[in-house]
Amino acid sequence: MDIKILGPGCPKCEQTVKIVNEAVTETGVDAKIEKVTGVMEIAGYGVFGTPAVVVDGEVKCVGKIPKKEDVKAWLKK
Amino acid sequence: MKERTKLFYLIGLYLMAYFIPWSHPVIRQSGLEAFMMLQEYAREHVLTCLVPAFFIAGAIAVFVSQASVLKYFGAQAGKILSYSVASISGTILAVCSCTVLPLFAGIYTRGAGIGPATAFLYSGPAINVLAITLTAKILGWQLGLARAIGAVFFAVITGLLMAFIFRKDDAARTAGQIYVPDEEDSGRTLFQDGVFLLTMVLILVFAAFAKPAPGSTGLWPAIFAAKWYITVILLIALVWMVKAWFKKDERASWVESTWGFMKQIFPLLFGGVIVAGFLLGRPGHPALIPEQYIQTLVGGNSLWSNLFASVAGAFMYFATLTEVPILQGLIGSGMGKGPALALLLAGPALSLPNMLVIGGVMGAKKTFVFCSIIIVLSTFAGMIYGTIAG
Repeated sequence: MDIKILGPGCPKCEQTVKIVNEAVTETGVDAKIEKVTGVMEIAGYGVFGTPAVVVDGEVKCVGKIPKKEDVKAWLKK
Repeated sequence: MKERTKLFYLIGLYLMAYFIPWSHPVIRQSGLEAFMMLQEYAREHVLTCLVPAFFIAGAIAVFVSQASVLKYFGAQAGKILSYSVASISGTILAVCSCTVLPLFAGIYTRGAGIGPATAFLYSGPAINVLAITLTAKILGWQLGLARAIGAVFFAVITGLLMAFIFRKDDAARTAGQIYVPDEEDSGRTLFQDGVFLLTMVLILVFAAFAKPAPGSTGLWPAIFAAKWYITVILLIALVWMVKAWFKKDERASWVESTWGFMKQIFPLLFGGVIVAGFLLGRPGHPALIPEQYIQTLVGGNSLWSNLFASVAGAFMYFATLTEVPILQGLIGSGMGKGPALALLLAGPALSLPNMLVIGGVMGAKKTFVFCSIIIVLSTFAGMIYGTIAG
């Protein structure tokens, strides 16, 4: 599973990274987490708002810190 | 932060401690001014102005639906609508530059195009609620109002000019799927949200109500005499609204986002006030930089003063809100009102690091044109304002 966290490095993005990391550890899913910080790269995903989370190329959440339960739900599929 | 960077900072600090002639009377005076200015902020501005403004910014971030605004930045959005929304949406979207730049890149590459993107990029940092209230409270409501109006108008003009100059490039953009934040059903009506925000704005207005000039009669002294009664009544109304209209987790996220802004901005402002106090001093109290230099460079309202203020503002980096104490020091040391507005209009939207990021998004040529437009417009606005305000 390939998880990308989009955000230029603001406190909200760091918190998102932390929540996703925890969710991955707790569910034990084999996932690669990557931080995307380049402004153009972020725009390439078409997201209007950061932090955003992309799981296997699918945009899951935009412009807010996701809840841990939601992240776990994305990981199960 | 890399370990090597930390070492450099430490060495720099050591050299400053070692070599600065701290016993020199001018340095002593400047150091004293830094803390006198800090005290002035602590006593006059923090409780009545900044803290309420932070709560408003927190409420806007949590309760105002960003999705409802962002849909006007899509490729299909009407032109007039997307320019208008771009020029005023900074009030609710942009409290820190980390939202502004990705959103700018998104609008530019996938959304409504270069015009609305640059309009948003320009107006965002200048018209957020914290910047406007602090400018109006500390530098006077005239300058606060001029800043807000100037920012909105310039945003539209800059956007239209950019769209016109680069109309060929704009047609070649790729359209693609865009994702905006989800719209959440809050269970409140727009009216309730509006009244809630309005109450907080009124608390801010009355709590920070300035003492009228001695000898004036009529409405203003009456309001000033009653300001604390009005503020308390409004606070009671606010507490009732918070209890009746908002769910528990909404209240928690409101406080959380307010606290987030405070953590982010207070340290920057603290540093900005200390530096401004040290270099420039409070109005009427000279510090490190002699007043005649400032008067020569940006005093009066000449074309040169305004141009210098615009260019300096465009390249200098101001951390969120620190432009206000710095300008306060500059005005106190003899900067003209026109150049002050020119610096406020060119300053927060642009800085050297910011230009590099913008350059990475839309290329050096467009960035150069964008910065030039802003510098020219700011210079003219400064001259006009300087003539009106005297």
